[in-house]
Amino acid sequence: MTSTEDFTPVTDWATDFDHADPQYNRNAHAIWAELRGTCPVAHSERYGGTWLPTTHEYVREIAYDTENFTSRAVIVEKMIPPDPAPIGGAPPITSDPPFHIEARKLLLPPFAPKKIELWEPEVRKLCRTLLDSMMDDVASGKSIDAAADYAKRIPVNVISRMLGFPMSDEDLFLEFVHDVLEGIDDAPEIRFVKIERLIQYIVTQIEEHVENPRDDLTSYLMDVELFGSKLSVEHIGGSIILLLIAGIDTTWSAIGSSLWHLAHNPDDLARLVADPSLIPTAVEEFLRAYAPVTMARLVAKDHDFHGCPMKVDDWVLLPFPAANLDPKVFPDADKVLIDRAENRHSAFGLGIHRCLGSNLARLELTIAIEEFINRFPSFTLAGTEDDVVWSVGQIRGPRELPVKVLAQ
Amino acid sequence: MAVSGIVIFMKIHVDAEKCQGHNRCYALAPELFDVDDYGNAVVIGDGSVAPELEDRARLALANCPEFAITISE
Repeated sequence: MTSTEDFTPVTDWATDFDHADPQYNRNAHAIWAELRGTCPVAHSERYGGTWLPTTHEYVREIAYDTENFTSRAVIVEKMIPPDPAPIGGAPPITSDPPFHIEARKLLLPPFAPKKIELWEPEVRKLCRTLLDSMMDDVASGKSIDAAADYAKRIPVNVISRMLGFPMSDEDLFLEFVHDVLEGIDDAPEIRFVKIERLIQYIVTQIEEHVENPRDDLTSYLMDVELFGSKLSVEHIGGSIILLLIAGIDTTWSAIGSSLWHLAHNPDDLARLVADPSLIPTAVEEFLRAYAPVTMARLVAKDHDFHGCPMKVDDWVLLPFPAANLDPKVFPDADKVLIDRAENRHSAFGLGIHRCLGSNLARLELTIAIEEFINRFPSFTLAGTEDDVVWSVGQIRGPRELPVKVLAQ
Repeated sequence: MAVSGIVIFMKIHVDAEKCQGHNRCYALAPELFDVDDYGNAVVIGDGSVAPELEDRARLALANCPEFAITISE
């Protein structure tokens, strides 16, 4: 399932883990629970040396520690990208203080709650259109793919509209997302070619916006000033890469995992159908239990982390989903309770890099669930668990989710 | 609560250094919290909580991932 030939399967998760092993995301909850009890900071020689903390305490500590850990690269891969701190290749997610907050402030306003709320009618219309296109298959008794034909299509459509990119390129964006986030096991020269293709595409889009500036995020980034000057093309391009890559796979995964849960739990589904006012609370629980995003850091200074000898340029994975399942912080952490009222989960990260798009992600996720269960009040997994295809790498969610709609 | 005829309200406070704009408080208790142009939380008014909203205030506190909300009673 990985995209490379030189991948060898994992034999021991505590000493040789690889999040690109297809078994990792499929069995993530069990792997994290095992490690949390036996080896709370796992280590692997893969990717030049990688650490994996699995407790809430350790994940939180690293997320807040911008001295010992740098964000200049946030996707674990075989070769550390050359972009130096404090800016990194995709600001502000790859930026460190003090530069970070200045770059982040440019992007916070367009993603603030009151700006994102305005997208609600558009997102709802999109969901309904996607559901409409499934009706023929449902009517003829065929299964539908709730991940590939629904969850995936929502964020890619919204972010391409926000950036002002051609809608006809949606499938290309999905290829870019796959290359960047799932192609982590690629040999560096292959990865370089793939990333270069993405960069060239962005450059073309920026050039097109020079000719035809308009009311979208690309023109916005080309227009704003930082420290009294327009942004460099590298900064604009890096931020666009961030918005394009980070906004798609993550939300798609959250919607897919939530629908995967409902396909398995008819009581929860029936309860939400009967009482849609519970959906926002349930969405937070889905975000806790199936948080899609594991971030990463590079060790910035040699230091001892709770007995682990961390060396400069070691990778550190930050599995917020594992932190969310820590029984020390969440009562009944391993149970999905859709009416969990107190839910201090960290699905969108902790500290200064809180997901910039969290308001948009929540909007898309909530509406996607509302519309799906309104149209299909009863559905179940078509086939077996083996028919569900999970992603590989740091973003966890179903890539194929065949479900069968049941008659009422 | 009434003390010698003076009503003392519960008060909420947001630590601007800790708030990272998760927006949970604004979603759960929009009567008590607002957000600024950057999406960071601010308390409405002087942070006084009417008695019927005290549960909402506690709920917002319990859902803040950054532990940025405090309550004084």
